Amino acid sequence: MGVGAFLVRRLVGFVLTLFIASFAVFSLMYIAPGSPLSFVLGPRTTSPAQIAAVKARYHFDDPFLVRYWDWLIGVLHGDFGRSIVLNQNVADLITARITTTTLLVAYATVLFVVVGVALGISSALRPGVVDGSITVVATLAIATPAFVLGTVLITSLAVNLGWFPVFGAGTGVAGRLVHLTLPAVTLAFASAAYLARITRSAVLDELGREHVETARSRGLSEQTVFRRHVLRNALIPIVTVTGLTIGALIAGAVIVETIFALDGLGSLLVEAILKKDFPIVQGVVLILVAAFMVINLVTDVMYTLIDPRLELGADPNT
Amino acid sequence: MDTSIAPTAARTGAPLSLAGRLFASLGKAGLIALVVILVVAFAAAAAPWIAPYDPQAIDLGNVFAAPSAQHLLGTDGLGRDLLSRLIWGSRTTFIGPLLVILMSTVVGSALGIASAWVGGVVDGAIARVLDVMFALPGIVFALVAVAVYGAGLTTAVIGLAIAYTPYVARVVRGAALRERNLPYIAACSVQGFSALRICVRHLLPNLRTLITVQAVASLGFAVVELAAISFLGLGVQPPTPDWGVSVATGLQASLQGHPAEALYAGTVIVVMVAAFNVMGDSLSARAGASRR
Repeated sequence: MGVGAFLVRRLVGFVLTLFIASFAVFSLMYIAPGSPLSFVLGPRTTSPAQIAAVKARYHFDDPFLVRYWDWLIGVLHGDFGRSIVLNQNVADLITARITTTTLLVAYATVLFVVVGVALGISSALRPGVVDGSITVVATLAIATPAFVLGTVLITSLAVNLGWFPVFGAGTGVAGRLVHLTLPAVTLAFASAAYLARITRSAVLDELGREHVETARSRGLSEQTVFRRHVLRNALIPIVTVTGLTIGALIAGAVIVETIFALDGLGSLLVEAILKKDFPIVQGVVLILVAAFMVINLVTDVMYTLIDPRLELGADPNT
Repeated sequence: MDTSIAPTAARTGAPLSLAGRLFASLGKAGLIALVVILVVAFAAAAAPWIAPYDPQAIDLGNVFAAPSAQHLLGTDGLGRDLLSRLIWGSRTTFIGPLLVILMSTVVGSALGIASAWVGGVVDGAIARVLDVMFALPGIVFALVAVAVYGAGLTTAVIGLAIAYTPYVARVVRGAALRERNLPYIAACSVQGFSALRICVRHLLPNLRTLITVQAVASLGFAVVELAAISFLGLGVQPPTPDWGVSVATGLQASLQGHPAEALYAGTVIVVMVAAFNVMGDSLSARAGASRR
């Protein structure tokens, strides 16, 4: 299969899956116990005229599939409907909050890639005490949930020592970065440890291979051997795991934003779930799904392109 | 690689008991992990007998008490005994994830084997459905379930179980496809065994190791995600004791200068998740070694 055909096939699958996912997300409000009308009206007492007005506004009298189609067309035009509780456009709410989430995930990605790869390489190149301690710390770090670490960091660094702002997202570029530091560390922590483990075993695998021995016997310097023969091959699993981990960070952001009271998409989602504000839940989940799928798609395409030995579109597990 | 199992088995001339094989396979780290898991399991099972106090007994005259002979770990903001709450909290924190893994493993294995065995349209349809489910990170799936059916442990557990099912199904399908082409399956078919009998009595036992390793390795994730949902206030509901809930209430107490509850609950969560992860690692290392 050529690269073009491979990309087209992946894109078609991507659009199809997103389409089905959008249908599932839209159906949410209708599979929930209770009528959608009651979610919109809430606990308020309402007159028949008000009910009729709401029905007309949300087109509750249309058949289900017609409503889905209208909603989908709206979404494609950037209209996610109106929030029930906040009475604002969901699209506006999402736009206002998407920057914080994007910055948080990007910041955490830089942290976990740099720290994880550095620790993994040191671990692989220095067996003994360095390797042993990194392995023990990594085992504990992987087991540390973000909400536990976030709680510890808020209590120790922010409240007791006053080094960092406790809550909120800050203003301006510098202010935002300072405010996002603790959340980003929290989000990146376990992922850095996981990537360190992957990097360590990938580098160790490559170090033991015959082509590395050959390169050494040809008199190449240790540095050149490492850079050109070990690291380049070890990059394949590192890139794959990095991509998948960024996807996981999107889910992790939901928790981290809530702990640190950041105004991101994740905290918006949690608030909307608590208030049963379905239009927001639908909009945010759809955005998260799309982001998650884009990252997985890019990862998929990248590692297939990086590794010329892999057949395009082949299942990496077989 | 540790090969102690082979000579032992040869000497006794009989396969070791399940417990014996477990001990021989796990190694030192795995054994420590197993002990931790057994301690938590014991605490969960024996909570009514070993907890010194009723975990919900409020004593407003004795809030945020320091550790003492009466209250070994002190009390929380409502004067409740922290040790008793930790012991009782092990129930939801331990049993919830076990149910998640149990349900996803049973359904995922069935889907995976059916998909590999029947093939064709069924395989394609299952693959498409799983693809859509893969598009949602596990915890977001569970949050959506909570949005639809309301907050609570049951909803969170079922939501997570559904979210984990495709991962099990994909792994089992791949292994079942490889297994299907082996001669023993053909031998069974020739004898006229029904498909169900071949799958359950012959195929499934050969996938047992893989399925077990996958299940144990996922337990740590399930603990983290379920506790996170409870931390957000969408899973286990207060005043029911739970470690995830304890971190949340502990965070509020921390902000007032009482970090004890968050510290204890956070520590036991990390220790338990590390134990499950180490256990998963040593099991999969062992399984990998025996396959080679």
